[in-house]
Amino acid sequence: MQVLLRIRRYNPELRDKPWWGEYSLDNVAPHDTVLELLHRVKWTMDGSLSLRRSCAHGVCGSDAMRINGANALACKMLVSRLAKPGQQSLKIQVEPILGLPVLKDLIVDMEPFMEHYRSVLPYFINDSPAPANGRERLQSPEDRAIFDDTTKCILCAACTTSCPSFWANDKYVGPAAIVQAHRFIFDSRDEGAAQRLEVVGDTFGVWKCRTVFNCTNACPREIEITRAIGEVKHALTTKS
Amino acid sequence: MSKPQVHQFDAVIVGAGGAGLMAALHASKAIKVAVISKLYPTRSHTGTAQGGISAALANMEGETDSWEWHAYDTVKGSDYLADQDAVDVLCKEAIDAVIELEHMGLPFDRFPNGKISQRRFGGHTNNETGKPVHRACHAADRTGHMILQTLYQQCIKNQVNFYDEFQVVDLIRVGNEVRGIVAVELATGAFHIFHSKAVLFATGGWGRCWEVTSNAHSLTGDGAAICLRRGVPMEDMEFFQFHPTGIYKLGILITEGVRGEGGILLNADGERFMERYAPTIKDLASRDVVSRAIYLEIARGKGINGQNYVHLDVRPKTVNYYFEKDGESRRIDDAYIEAKLPDIADFTRTYLGIDPLKEPMPIQPTAHYAMGGIPTDVDGRVLLDTQGTTLDGMYAAGEVACVSVHGANRLGTNSLVDLVVFGRRSGKHMVEYCRHASLSPLPDGAADEVMAAFDRIRTHNGNTKPHVLRQKMQKAMTANVGVFRTAELLQNAQGILAQLQQEFQDVTIDDKGKRFNTDLLEAWELGCLLDLAEVTAVSALARTESRGGHARDDYPERDDANWLQHTFCLRTADGRYELSYKPVTIGRYQPKKRVY
Ligand SMILES: Cc1cc2nc3c(=O)[nH]c(=O)nc-3n(C[C@H](O)[C@H](O)[C@H](O)COP(=O)(O)OP(=O)(O)OC[C@H]3O[C@@H](n4cnc5c(N)ncnc54)[C@H](O)[C@@H]3O)c2cc1C
Ligand code: FES
Repeated sequence: MQVLLRIRRYNPELRDKPWWGEYSLDNVAPHDTVLELLHRVKWTMDGSLSLRRSCAHGVCGSDAMRINGANALACKMLVSRLAKPGQQSLKIQVEPILGLPVLKDLIVDMEPFMEHYRSVLPYFINDSPAPANGRERLQSPEDRAIFDDTTKCILCAACTTSCPSFWANDKYVGPAAIVQAHRFIFDSRDEGAAQRLEVVGDTFGVWKCRTVFNCTNACPREIEITRAIGEVKHALTTKS
Repeated sequence: MSKPQVHQFDAVIVGAGGAGLMAALHASKAIKVAVISKLYPTRSHTGTAQGGISAALANMEGETDSWEWHAYDTVKGSDYLADQDAVDVLCKEAIDAVIELEHMGLPFDRFPNGKISQRRFGGHTNNETGKPVHRACHAADRTGHMILQTLYQQCIKNQVNFYDEFQVVDLIRVGNEVRGIVAVELATGAFHIFHSKAVLFATGGWGRCWEVTSNAHSLTGDGAAICLRRGVPMEDMEFFQFHPTGIYKLGILITEGVRGEGGILLNADGERFMERYAPTIKDLASRDVVSRAIYLEIARGKGINGQNYVHLDVRPKTVNYYFEKDGESRRIDDAYIEAKLPDIADFTRTYLGIDPLKEPMPIQPTAHYAMGGIPTDVDGRVLLDTQGTTLDGMYAAGEVACVSVHGANRLGTNSLVDLVVFGRRSGKHMVEYCRHASLSPLPDGAADEVMAAFDRIRTHNGNTKPHVLRQKMQKAMTANVGVFRTAELLQNAQGILAQLQQEFQDVTIDDKGKRFNTDLLEAWELGCLLDLAEVTAVSALARTESRGGHARDDYPERDDANWLQHTFCLRTADGRYELSYKPVTIGRYQPKKRVY
């Protein structure tokens, strides 16, 4: 099929303001990914188009972008999911994710996002001595299952940058950071829950969430983010 | 050209995958360390590792295991090319390395008794019965993701210094000593010099030399190519692993864990053909054996619908049928597969529209893992020759390094072990080294050569697009330096690669700017791939035998009398390749015929 790819371009070395680049691509197959289309533009039409990507199969989290108005990983978004059955020509619009400063084309400054991530103490805390036999700490499969969903996060920022509360106020830690906090708060081996709950219970924490579900819809790892946020809210209310 | 900014550290670690981060955690406790990575650390390819990390924990109720069995399997898997002293280190230290990861919080799956869950994997056996053993510790099918996340989290906790999105492009070497590296800051295009006593390369592999690969776009062998250019030989480059089960055409990996959980390979007749190639462990034979079997099936017309693929079937109905046939009491159901292999199910649903619970998956071998690379000893110290001369202050670990523990064919799960065991050892050894070494001065104009090379690519006006050259290289490597090789194919590859090296001189890019000039960096990476492709073809042509991942149709037998040795391939100042050889270190296990 025929695809018209509209890409939001920005390069302050060339122009002060962003512009739309339009690229017409023939022979696009339904199973092509948006990343493949972007590569076609970059490799055969305009090498200056800049984006982040690495794994090309949805696990490294490099290429979250706004595709036809919704956040997704370009490498996981197939053309067939954007087209109607039998459609022969198609317009696809690609923009950088919203709410983080754009540096060039589809590349945004991830630092504000990473700062929120680091603020929730996203690491295992347990200062008790490890088992004397030198082996692993034990954990039942049931206890392990409680936080399984939130271990899947790849820090792609698709959730946080689809959240109206984050757009409204970038001090909000955002869904991704709460997902990370959840992963540790509900790990039976971890001892840092109190500290973390303090961070996410702050004015810029979970209470900024208005349960819009954008984050859950945007997550390429299908993490039930809104539910995880709800569980953290619940942990906060039962604690106090 | 503006002058590069200079930073000083005791040690610089290049690469933030499993190997780099493990080294960083251990080194940064005692010395001043910078971790430099062209990707955000959590984007590193370690995060895509699926199936597991082996250690002889013997957590499976009613099973025994020992690190010596793990060592034997590794040596046998390597087709006796691994150095057995190094393999002992790998398998012995695997046990407390995995425990260390658990203590860092890694969320492994659990057995009902609360211990780390383990699954079967290709080539890992009970040495007495020859039957598969549960040795691969895992977190569903995202074990690498959990390792990468856990190590990165601990680095945050320990306030490790990161330089994210800095790409290292040269090594500063004076005589037999390193003095630091040169890097480009992606956001600005500015050059930086990191002046240090020690440097560790943990930059991962170079699967992007081939057309169909499980490897990320970023796996372009930068660290290995930089070393080659600075006079370090490459060891055993002819041994590159083709993983048997990549998604047809796409190359995306389907973990061996699928077969570990009971999945079966079937040809066009619906025959479980591995029964013929490996009667004892069948579908769980070593990867080289299974990849060749798939090729042979396809060659004799048994590909599905006459195409270049076979089926991998993990439908519970199929799995249970073969469990019963093999006299195993275990049975599985849909929920089990969803819980144990969620990402695999997601990949095939997303990219193929195939539900693995309802249909078999189309698979073909995919270029996967570099057994060879920068030669090191068991402490990660880089070797300059077959005599063991070290390049002082220089270390390598992870996939880019060749210790050698994987020999001619790596066993599944042993790369993740390699990362944590040798990443840790390198980190610790660098601390020792830095305590005694002093910071030697930087040579004048340390960055000039590479800055000029970059400027040349950026400003050159010719007609050759990097993408076109890359495609030609990948096609040539797949066709000529793949699962089966002959002298004719390899000579053909050498001819094409030499031609492409010529054309590379004319490479021209569109982006003439500085900021995030990925056009420029991709062109430079292509140069790295071309260099490594050449070394691979040269090393492969010289080795006139078949061993592990290197299968020569014109020399189908393993030849221990002449070839029980490691290849060292050096590029001389005038661009020729020089080969020399180093005997394999044999320990408890004398080479014998390899049957599965
Ligand atoms: C799909 C897949 C599944 C796998 N599954 C398993 C498994 O189940 N078990 C197993 O044992 N092994 C597995 N492997 C193999 C294993 O994952 C890799 O060999 C291993 O993760 C490599 O780790 P590393 O630390 O050496 O490098 P990587 O994780 O690849 O990291 C390389 C790092 O170097 C950086 N870098 C590279 N070049 C430069 C440069 N020029 N400048 C600055 N930084 C640079 C990158 O940014 C990155 O941080 C799998 C591999 C693949 C592809
Ligand atoms: S490139 Fe890795 S998630 Fe898309």
